[in-house]
Amino acid sequence: MSTDLVGHFGKFGGRFVPEALVSALDELAQAHQSAQEDPDFQFELMELHRTYTGRPSIITEAHRFSAYAGGARIFLKREDLNHTGSHKINNVLGQALITKRMGKKRIIAETGAGQHGVASATAAALLGLECVVYMGEEDTKRQALNVARMKLLGAEVIPVTTGSRTLKDAINEAMRDWVTNVETTHYLLGTVAGPDPFPTMVRDFHRIIGDEARAQILELTGRLPDAVLACVGGGSNAIGIFSAFIGDKSVRLIGLEAGGEGLDSGKHAATLVGGTPGVLHGTRTYVLQDEDGQTKESHSISAGLDYPGVGPEHAYLYESGRAEYRAITDKEAMEAFALLSKSEGIIPAIETAHALAGAIKVGKELGERANFLINLSGRGDKDVQTAANYFGIPL
Amino acid sequence: MNLLGQSFEIAREENRALLIGYLTAGFPNMERCKSAIKAMIDGGVDLIEVGFPYSDPVMDGPVIQQASEIALANGVGAKEVFEIVASSTVPTLVMSYWNPIEKFGVDAFAQELRDAGGCGVITPDLTIEESQDWIKATQDSKLDRVYVVAPSTRDARLSKVTSNCSGFIYAASLMGVTGTRSALSGAAESLVMRIREVSKTPVAVGLGVSNGQQASEIAKYADGVIVGSAFIKLLLENGDEQEANRSLTALSQELSEAVRR
Repeated sequence: MSTDLVGHFGKFGGRFVPEALVSALDELAQAHQSAQEDPDFQFELMELHRTYTGRPSIITEAHRFSAYAGGARIFLKREDLNHTGSHKINNVLGQALITKRMGKKRIIAETGAGQHGVASATAAALLGLECVVYMGEEDTKRQALNVARMKLLGAEVIPVTTGSRTLKDAINEAMRDWVTNVETTHYLLGTVAGPDPFPTMVRDFHRIIGDEARAQILELTGRLPDAVLACVGGGSNAIGIFSAFIGDKSVRLIGLEAGGEGLDSGKHAATLVGGTPGVLHGTRTYVLQDEDGQTKESHSISAGLDYPGVGPEHAYLYESGRAEYRAITDKEAMEAFALLSKSEGIIPAIETAHALAGAIKVGKELGERANFLINLSGRGDKDVQTAANYFGIPL
Repeated sequence: MNLLGQSFEIAREENRALLIGYLTAGFPNMERCKSAIKAMIDGGVDLIEVGFPYSDPVMDGPVIQQASEIALANGVGAKEVFEIVASSTVPTLVMSYWNPIEKFGVDAFAQELRDAGGCGVITPDLTIEESQDWIKATQDSKLDRVYVVAPSTRDARLSKVTSNCSGFIYAASLMGVTGTRSALSGAAESLVMRIREVSKTPVAVGLGVSNGQQASEIAKYADGVIVGSAFIKLLLENGDEQEANRSLTALSQELSEAVRR
């Protein structure tokens, strides 16, 4: 959907930020809009995608995995094959080019699992920008390999020791850096959350996933899929693939949230299914919060979905009913992770495994005449240790 | 004229700036918070700003973050914030990030704060564009509405934001978060001058102000001086209630003398 002047999606979105950031957000919104309308910018970005990201990403039909999903035909949009291993690069390259356009030389980024941090460090290396990545101290320990990758790429990684020491606090710390250094620095936010224009801009950079996939699937099958599925943490890969299908009323859009140990346990990251409307990190959306409006800690086996907020456009799609959202537990996600690995030879990211678990459920409901498109948002290399521990494979 | 307006009026007649002291509600605990506020008032603080502790305080540096974490661990919510406000003997405002207010209920928050004797609210992350409900609620409850403006706020916007402020305008002395700084930038004075061009509402300067020398500089051109982290630091450094309160009173006296022109 299109947003109003201050970036609302229905009653969600907007800007809840210190006044100090408003002029930078205005400048960014303007830079984004002029870039969207500038053929030279679009050409430069498409060339980078063609020669660096490896776009267009292919579609793989999952013939053997289909048996676990009620026999439905399943098509995987292979964002895992992008450079750096996930969809994150689409947004990062776009925003890095916008940073240069605004004449800024320093980017800061937050990261949970480290995927967005690695992608940001990569883009900074490619385009000659200084890069600082904020990462919760807990996450730097859980994802030591990605910390090393970022350092190899020339980025500085700052462990965040406040609050819960995870993604939420890394975002707080990045915002504090931005308030202080906004003249010289662009905050390269990694998902479709945050204040306007981030939810719109990040969606626009990921829309390429949906645009490619829609054309590919029409060519392959001659018709639109019955459902498009994607995992949702902040929701960037989901909004990227959904946005091309929102106008196709016959296509169900299904977002799979991290149900952790189950909704009833309270230990989950299913913000839409298990949260309430509120304000977090500059935007009005659904939030996991207590009765005083304090943000609750989220829980998920997948660091990339472990976030107590969600993009405001998802909150809008949820309340309007255009998209549906379900929670997938850690256990269900890990089962799907193993099934795809063994039936297709593709090890998915644990984040992505939530979407695959959703396909197993919905496939059983709809049966073998259904066609599904799944955004295979990332590969599982980074998760080998977590998965080995989970399945008791000695390292 | 309301309480805040009267306070600025009196200070103007006395040829001094107003001294505003910040403390996080329920820090270090409920009782010590009340006695600390009394100690600050004894030393000459004119207005008290009570912070509503929040889990994600993006405008705050490490000192106030730590105080907020301690207060939250003490179970501080809106009820406790109102209790602290009610205990203060000088005009008192609340500083709150937006989500706790919205979660409590915008109208109910304004009304209950008024009932507790509060006179206004500073909202550091609420933009004018998102303020419709808040403006109505504060008008109904006759609370002053204080927004923060920054050196990066452009002139056109400065006029828009300040026209929605009442009581006073909070001018951030620098680009950054709360916390003591050894030196202040020249940004504060030029921001205050720009505000004077568009508004007659009193202007108070905060962020980074921690000692008499800085307060004295600011008092030359602003109507109020806001000090927060420096007070919190004294409480963090000193576990003994009486000693800590004596140091709060001493800092308040130093600042209170410094704001006299």
